[in-house]
Amino acid sequence: MKVERDLKRLTRGTQQRSSEVARSFIERATDEGLVDVAVATMDSPVGELLVAVTHSGLARVAFEDEERDRVFARLARELSPRILQAARPTDRVRTELEEYFAGERSRFDLRLDRRLIGPFARDVLRATGRVGFGRTATYGQIAAKIGRPTAPRAVGRALGSNPIPIVIPCHRIIGASGGLTGYGGGLPRKRTLLTLEGVLLPE
Amino acid sequence: MALPPFQVFLDANRGTVHRFLRVAVGPNEADDVFQETFLAALRAYPRLRNAASLDRWVLRIASRKAIDHHRAARRRAVPTDAVPDRASTDHGRDDELWDAVRRLPPRQRIAVVHRHVLDLPYSEIAELMGSTEQTARANVYQGLEQLRRLMR
Repeated sequence: MKVERDLKRLTRGTQQRSSEVARSFIERATDEGLVDVAVATMDSPVGELLVAVTHSGLARVAFEDEERDRVFARLARELSPRILQAARPTDRVRTELEEYFAGERSRFDLRLDRRLIGPFARDVLRATGRVGFGRTATYGQIAAKIGRPTAPRAVGRALGSNPIPIVIPCHRIIGASGGLTGYGGGLPRKRTLLTLEGVLLPE
Repeated sequence: MALPPFQVFLDANRGTVHRFLRVAVGPNEADDVFQETFLAALRAYPRLRNAASLDRWVLRIASRKAIDHHRAARRRAVPTDAVPDRASTDHGRDDELWDAVRRLPPRQRIAVVHRHVLDLPYSEIAELMGSTEQTARANVYQGLEQLRRLMR
């Protein structure tokens, strides 16, 4: 029996080692173009952000109150199951976001992967993307711009489903009376972003 | 059943695969073969039809990679894992056991690891190695016999 027992002893320390080797594996997989969805997280004034980048561009920005497991599962289902925590493909996205939060960048120069956006929301978010840094538009104005002047509520819903908040600036769309109205990431975040852009005065 | 995100699959299986490879190919070669195993899994992943028993699927790939590794090493005729790793130099008996393990024929070595490191049943070992259950039993038996002989 002794040899059998001793064999198990030869594997000491492998759990720790396997985590390091898994990281090198992800590096190689990235080099070989096998990572279809690269995910990384970063700190920001609106809490930890998760960013997901595909071969065609930025597909997702998620706030920390969305459960990570569910975000991963949905990306796997809707984009590709080859999804890994790989920082390198997200470097540019994270740099631009950091510059934005530091007040050094007023527009993003990033390719977007719009596959998570439905057809109606695509029109809404495209119109939203034309509202520049430090400006705002109303739900009604966006509805009018996409030729659906009677659908400001549908516009609100489409904005609420924005998979790429901050970069597609749905926080710049406000109520007709000037109220902030609503935000997928919660009103305090909308307030923080609009304050950062100089639309609102710091409290 | 939908495929889990690859990251979840990797986190769930990396420990077992590394444990298997460490003894099956040796501590110095385990990292390389680990990467080859998961790269092969990642390549095949989107085409997988069945999300059940992914743990066995990746062990099957690892077993194949371990056999390939030993074949290539034999062709080079250099024992690639002959250098004992640093962690085990304090333990004389471990070094002795490593030496003995290295001398096993690859299929016996792999079968012994499946049975006595991962505690797999013979039916599964047979499936992982593409052999009959009887052959799996024989491989484990002969492998252990030889280890006992070498350790005496």
